Amino acid sequence: MSEYKTLAADGMWKNNPALVQLLGLCPLLAVTATVINGLGLGLATMAVLIGSNVTVSLVRNIVRNEIRIPIFVMVIASFVTIIQLLMNAFTYELYLALGIFIPLIVTNCAIIGRAEAFASKNKVLPAAFDGVMMGLGFTVVLVLLGGMRELLGAGTLLSGADRLFGPVANNWTVTVFATEHPFLLAILPPGAFIGMGLLIAAKNAIDQRLAARQTKQKKQVTRIRVTAES
Amino acid sequence: MKLTLSSSPHQRVRRDTGQIMRLVIYAMAPAMVLQMFFFGWGLLIQASIAILTAVGTEAAFLALRQKPVGRALSDYSAVLTALLLAVSIPPALPWWMTVLGTFCAIAIAKQLYGGLGFNMFNPAMIAYVILLISFPVAMTMWLPPQQFLAEPLSFADTLSLILTGYTQSGMDIVQLRTVVDGITMATPLDAVKTGLTQSRTYTETLQAPIFEGGFASSLGAAWSWIALAYLAGGLFLLKARVINWHIPVAMIASVIVFSGFLHLLDMDRYASPLFHVFNGSLLIGAFFIATDPVSASTTNKGRLIFAAAIGFWLVIIRTFGGYPDAVAFAVIIMNMAVPLIDYYTRPRTYGHSPRSEKRKHR
Repeated sequence: MSEYKTLAADGMWKNNPALVQLLGLCPLLAVTATVINGLGLGLATMAVLIGSNVTVSLVRNIVRNEIRIPIFVMVIASFVTIIQLLMNAFTYELYLALGIFIPLIVTNCAIIGRAEAFASKNKVLPAAFDGVMMGLGFTVVLVLLGGMRELLGAGTLLSGADRLFGPVANNWTVTVFATEHPFLLAILPPGAFIGMGLLIAAKNAIDQRLAARQTKQKKQVTRIRVTAES
Repeated sequence: MKLTLSSSPHQRVRRDTGQIMRLVIYAMAPAMVLQMFFFGWGLLIQASIAILTAVGTEAAFLALRQKPVGRALSDYSAVLTALLLAVSIPPALPWWMTVLGTFCAIAIAKQLYGGLGFNMFNPAMIAYVILLISFPVAMTMWLPPQQFLAEPLSFADTLSLILTGYTQSGMDIVQLRTVVDGITMATPLDAVKTGLTQSRTYTETLQAPIFEGGFASSLGAAWSWIALAYLAGGLFLLKARVINWHIPVAMIASVIVFSGFLHLLDMDRYASPLFHVFNGSLLIGAFFIATDPVSASTTNKGRLIFAAAIGFWLVIIRTFGGYPDAVAFAVIIMNMAVPLIDYYTRPRTYGHSPRSEKRKHR
């Protein structure tokens, strides 16, 4: 069980694809103007990641080492095509909003990185779990960044939720404040870079705090007497 | 007689950072007074808001970073940043935009990079660009000079316009901008830019009422006089040896060369060098903004390259870009190139020939 625990910790925090590995930054920075766009792309990426991790793990003993990268890319590409067609069919408006960034999931280095570094060396179940956790870690960052930018930029949260969840979500939009002058910087690409930088800084700050606390605790370890009593 | 022995250096610099910043502020003062004379009380209110925000933000961030607050605040750099921003923005900008811009200048462009001396970009220009791309409409809402208004805005009217968006009689800025004869007033750079898109020639746009009252025919009424005041302030800074001649001279010369070249190519499309120098914010940029000792190049040769490139980008963006003025963009672009420029223009160390330097690198 502890193997799964480390996998979960790696994906969500210690080796987070967006905050630590800094992979897949292009879609991350491009589509996170709103929470829903971020969530949509995050879920799509997660689905591709799980599918490709499982498949790569299944064929890992059949595929020869020399040609593994092209095989991985083809596996990923077929899953991306599946997801793209599914989104086209069921969440058409979101599909239009995300545009080119759905097919571009193919080039997301986080996916081929996990296929190469983990799935091709492990059994199916851990590989699938790794896909879930890495995808979740990526999605959480996308949603956080999308939330920051949407809140600062337009003063709303969850706008356009019906694009992803259907007509149930028509009135999910939370208007935190209404403004005549949207803060365009947050919605434009520079806002994504600044927000991403702040998120990474926050993660590093928390890590430093934790490390500092741990060393303090270590210092309080009771000494064992090694010299013989006289 | 007492003879004291002391180690070198025996000649000390008389000025500290605070004195230099104060001298720059004094040099800006005449132009700011003139700007208030032409455009009303707005600048005074904006400057107060900006200074308060800048000093407050600086103090808060220094306290958060556990640095000595008092010493850093007394160097006046935050005040200067606030003033540079205040003179660049339209005087009737809503107050919270000024606050936001100043906060970004101090928090993001200055303190996140490590405080004074470590900021890669000019904080005031970063704030200006952040505001310009975030609120393009509000940031181009310049009120016409007082002489064109039906009646000059009182201090209370200006204050209420900035705080609430309406004057006391309930006029908003769009109504105020439409002057007596029903023409919306723009800045000279705007006027020429929109004139060209409406397929009028450059010489025809110069007939607009905005160009009456400058000291030459192609110059905006109020703007050219303010620019002259900045020129005077800049010359004072040169005389007081606060800045070197390299940056202002290279920047103005390069603007004259590049805009002159374009003007000679097609006099109907491209504005004259005189127009480029005295309209917009070139002169304050050349003497007060590009000369920022932190974010500018540090070698003399580097300063020439840095400033000439700013002039080049200025003409390019003003002529072909989407925004009417370009000092902020040009300065920020070249701020990014400063480390590279400094690397390649290092002066020769005494006792080393440049050739032996190269050999060492191999």
